[in-house]
Amino acid sequence: MGEEKLTNIISIKRWRVTTIVILLRVLALFATATATIVMALNKETHTFAVATIGNTPVKLAITAKFQHMPANLMFVIANGVATLHSLLMITIMCFVMIAAVCGAATTVAFIGELARHGNAHARWNKVCDNFERYCDQASGAMLASYIGVLFLMLVNVINVFEHGRLMSPSKSPLSA
Amino acid sequence: MNKTQWIPIVCLRVIAMASTFVATVVMITSHDSAKVLGMTFQAKYNNSPTLRYFVVVSIIATIYSFGALFVPPKKLGRHVLVLDLIVMSFLISSFSAAVGIGQLGKEGNSHAGWIPICGQVPKFCHHVTASLIAGFVAVIIYFLLVLYNLNNVLSLVAFKA
Repeated sequence: MGEEKLTNIISIKRWRVTTIVILLRVLALFATATATIVMALNKETHTFAVATIGNTPVKLAITAKFQHMPANLMFVIANGVATLHSLLMITIMCFVMIAAVCGAATTVAFIGELARHGNAHARWNKVCDNFERYCDQASGAMLASYIGVLFLMLVNVINVFEHGRLMSPSKSPLSA
Repeated sequence: MNKTQWIPIVCLRVIAMASTFVATVVMITSHDSAKVLGMTFQAKYNNSPTLRYFVVVSIIATIYSFGALFVPPKKLGRHVLVLDLIVMSFLISSFSAAVGIGQLGKEGNSHAGWIPICGQVPKFCHHVTASLIAGFVAVIIYFLLVLYNLNNVLSLVAFKA
């Protein structure tokens, strides 16, 4: 009688853990999908008044698109792949996904910092003072990507511990 | 834990420690200056926050790899695995960011008006490339290490009973 109750409790716990894992996966899917879409739609046109001929200023329109920077392109591709994986719920490339998305997010973070503040030593000028909305949109995509990485890591850690628990249901993995 | 599970992990940790140490040292000693139009143009790893981040993360990875060699595998195996995952994430992110900045320095970006600097400071560029190669070796080794560790921890937990 006691054994039956124990297996019931264990199966309820397993069911709860599976629900939590699925919920986390869905959140990670939304986060990486947001990051992909927000960065992919990043485009801004700014008109500069370059010179003045007589009374009329000569205007130059410069467009900033996300694909002008290879790091942004890598970001979109990495997050797109992670979204597809989360959609199909494939657990095979879990680690690779985390690694790729983490790398892409940090690269965009540093290159965004470079665009916002410039680098005096390399004589690289700031870009963000002319393209405010573009830079802010890229920052938003990066934030979504980091949140996605957090959820993916949680899923990974939970899966690691629960696989161990599933293989030996009588022993809790938290006891030495 | 028998020897066949324990020896490859120790070997991988030692190699990872060595390669992160090499990456740190080579990056710190990268230094070049050029004279352009009468102004001296100094390139050091200090000037770029990305390369500074790479150095800091490599130092942390070296110290962690050294410390993780002396952890008792049965009691704290899972904690080491989680820490391994975190350090691997840091390593990969720092390497990826440094490669991004390196590509910018080598080829510039015409859309943003950033001119490549490798033409003026080639010695610095070569030093940074060498350091990034060592960092790449460290990343691959850490990835293998996490997979090995995961395998070990899971078999430990599964066959406990």
